[in-house]
Amino acid sequence: MGGQNSTEQLTSLGVAEAGAGLAAGRFTSVDLTQAFLERIERVDGSLHAFLRTTPAEALEAASEADRARADGDSRPLLGIPLAIKDVLMTAGIETTAGSRILEGFVPPYSATAVKKLKAAGTVILGKTNTDEFAMGSSTENSGYGPTRNPWDLERVPGGSSGGSAAAVAADEAPAALGTDTGGSVRQPAAFCGIVGLKPSYGRVSRYGLIAYGSSLDQIGPITKTVADAALLLEAVAGVDPQDSTTLPVDAPDFSAALTGEAAGMRIGIPHEYFVEGIQPEVEAAVRAAIEQFASLGAEIVPIHLPNTELALPVYYLVVTAEASANLARYDGIRFGLSVDGETIFDHFRQTRGAGFGSEVKRRIMLGAYALSAGYYDAYYLKAQQVRTLIKQDFDRAFTDVDVILSPTSPTTAFRIGEKVDDPLAMILTDIFTTGANLAGLCGISIPCGFDAGGLPIGLQLLGPSLGEERILRAAYAYEQSTDWRLRRPEL
Amino acid sequence: MRRGLVPRRFFVADTNFIQSREVVVKLTKDEVRHVAELAKLQLSDAELEEYAGQLGQILTYAQQIQSVDTSAVPPTPQVLPLSNVLAEDASQASLSNDQAVDNAPDADDGYFRVIAVFDDSGA
Repeated sequence: MGGQNSTEQLTSLGVAEAGAGLAAGRFTSVDLTQAFLERIERVDGSLHAFLRTTPAEALEAASEADRARADGDSRPLLGIPLAIKDVLMTAGIETTAGSRILEGFVPPYSATAVKKLKAAGTVILGKTNTDEFAMGSSTENSGYGPTRNPWDLERVPGGSSGGSAAAVAADEAPAALGTDTGGSVRQPAAFCGIVGLKPSYGRVSRYGLIAYGSSLDQIGPITKTVADAALLLEAVAGVDPQDSTTLPVDAPDFSAALTGEAAGMRIGIPHEYFVEGIQPEVEAAVRAAIEQFASLGAEIVPIHLPNTELALPVYYLVVTAEASANLARYDGIRFGLSVDGETIFDHFRQTRGAGFGSEVKRRIMLGAYALSAGYYDAYYLKAQQVRTLIKQDFDRAFTDVDVILSPTSPTTAFRIGEKVDDPLAMILTDIFTTGANLAGLCGISIPCGFDAGGLPIGLQLLGPSLGEERILRAAYAYEQSTDWRLRRPEL
Repeated sequence: MRRGLVPRRFFVADTNFIQSREVVVKLTKDEVRHVAELAKLQLSDAELEEYAGQLGQILTYAQQIQSVDTSAVPPTPQVLPLSNVLAEDASQASLSNDQAVDNAPDADDGYFRVIAVFDDSGA
């Protein structure tokens, strides 16, 4: 590798920039992949964004991409290295979902999203850390130890896709895949000062995504720029015969939505999202972003989402009920940890009691309680009914506005350990993000400032189901008119 | 109306406000033990104690949905406008037998080996 393409320069590149460099022959995919692997080697000891890297496979895939390029292949993602959240199955590569119960599990097949990215010529650098089974908002619930925020190593990167977000923010990967069940792509992107996109429910196949809340889970890109999010979404979106909950629509050319214009867009500001309790610097940054949109010619429209306060309790009843059913599969018989018992039921109890971490057990218990005889109607059914009201709020709002703007999270990144003993305080950090999952909307978090301590602040833009082009357009126009994305953490 | 019952400071890190709610949910250790059995989780005594408190706290927080009138509201179990997604009834490539049992803690001749589900005493 020549001095002109030092490791430092290569690892600062995002997807589109790296693609342009590869296309122009300034460096090869092997150069790029080697640079990221070296960067991971150098900084991940202090971050722990990766659960494992796959250097041999990565360099082999990079060589293959370079050969394909020499033969005239010019697909946009050819030779681009990526990191993958460890809840996504990768054939032949250990996949644990951050849980000790899956330690050593090597999947026989890959998630559709991973398969699509491989078919697009990308290079997988490794698997990133996550709250166990994606249950958490800080990545502290990983069975393999927490990930640290590259902006302040004493703070959490957010979660559950904290490993993916920290990896991208720390230049360990140009981009990554995460998953978002109640905010798990958007909130860590906000805490790490980068871009996170949650696609509409049904936009991206969940096949091979280790299930948490099946009616809420979506796979989404975590990137340095809005344009990169559009590129990755295009690669993973689309109907999949392996997932009957994918919407039967082809992925449009999302990049074409990036016009740089927000003039004439109607941007809804929900009254209920700006009440007491938001960190003042977060509110100030988001209010400044609203002004910025107005100066770009967007129309700012005050709106009401009257059932906002109910989204979190509904979310926690629905997601834990679904989780308690989904996690019944960890029985110590077909895969994963196995702890012997006297009887088959004792075997189940011992295996699950030893293999799951405390947050996972707590959520399984809550879900089992909400589904149990005598409580089903009062909790689970009731939550599903209130979910209808929450969805109707959004449906009504989107008849009047193109996108809805809010903070991504009420605070910037909190300290490691600060909320671990208070599960309720932890779940309350998801207040602005869970509504999108309950209603099946799309959403994106983009950087919109920094607090006094130098921690990034995220701005959330929500769109209706299949409204990704709108949120990408608005996000890109804002991003291009500001320079928040240029500030990088020092490591 | 419901709105009057809902505290404004609903997402701050301070969770003391839930003490003021009308309905406080308390779970006994026996109830927690029952749920743990439903979920097939072996829990220590300390865990039973801990979860009794925490689940009560979270369920108390969740009580606010009880004050919403949903008598005329249908449930939303999932959000897609799809129903009866059908696949062609045709065989497709699948995992081999070896692949299927490859991750099994205890496999024998292509089968998963398990402890007998029914005891053979005939009782």
